[in-house]
Amino acid sequence: MSSSHSTSADIQGEGVRARLGLWLFLLSEILLFGGMFLLYAMYRYKYAPDFHAGSQELSRFDGTLNTIVLLTSSLTVVVALHSLHVKHNVRRTAIFLAATIALGLTFLVVKSFEWTAKFEHGLYPGAKFLLSQSHGLILFFGLYFTMTGLHALHVMVGMGVLSGVLNFVLRGKITPDHVTIMENGALYWHLVDIIWIFLFPLFYLIT
Amino acid sequence: MTYPRYVFVWVALVVLTAITVTTASLNFGRVGILIVLAIAAVKSTLVLLYFMNLLFEKRLMFKILVPIAIGVLTIFIALTYTDVLYR
Repeated sequence: MSSSHSTSADIQGEGVRARLGLWLFLLSEILLFGGMFLLYAMYRYKYAPDFHAGSQELSRFDGTLNTIVLLTSSLTVVVALHSLHVKHNVRRTAIFLAATIALGLTFLVVKSFEWTAKFEHGLYPGAKFLLSQSHGLILFFGLYFTMTGLHALHVMVGMGVLSGVLNFVLRGKITPDHVTIMENGALYWHLVDIIWIFLFPLFYLIT
Repeated sequence: MTYPRYVFVWVALVVLTAITVTTASLNFGRVGILIVLAIAAVKSTLVLLYFMNLLFEKRLMFKILVPIAIGVLTIFIALTYTDVLYR
């Protein structure tokens, strides 16, 4: 009895250490994006009219849609975790994990439509048309593609992680008592959502 | 936390998104950016506290991590601003 107790305590301790490790990684991510937000803030301060003009070129509808999509995916992943950890419902967990991955894919599809439209209008870094525009506009689109691109990369990584988690859940490797990997996958996914919460108003809603 | 509570947080996030978009189309000028950033801060706090479970976290270690990161960022931004403003 006492040995089984210490085993479960070990697993708990391991879970806490793993979670702390992931949080430290998330902090490094915040600083990575933070540096870019800082650059954005300085250039926006210096080239306010150009940033306004650049923002007008972006589709406010697509941006809002993608915000709702990511917020919803945060809900589905938390429901998936709750279904497994608290309710012990593997089937529901799998369904909501799959829904989260599908929402991530939806986000990327909308994003790709947006980028394609920008490419067609010659609004991408190094494009002849963009280079003929004002300095601030070039910087705006440089930052736009770098920051939303890096964010989209994070969405792809998150989808990969959650696919792995789904695989583990289906094969019984993640059980209601051993959810650490899934917990960490969900935390990463939420951080990706938080970064978008800031990207959206800063690029799409400049007045 | 229960399912309905998670859904309630999600509804709050969507409503705040709607408010942000509306604010932007009303054109508050220079104050607009502050309103929009304040709403983004509220939204991320909701995600951190409820979805990332920090509200129910008992260990101090996890509670102080995010404030530390935000503190560091604030120092970066403040110092850079003073440099750019008084150049």
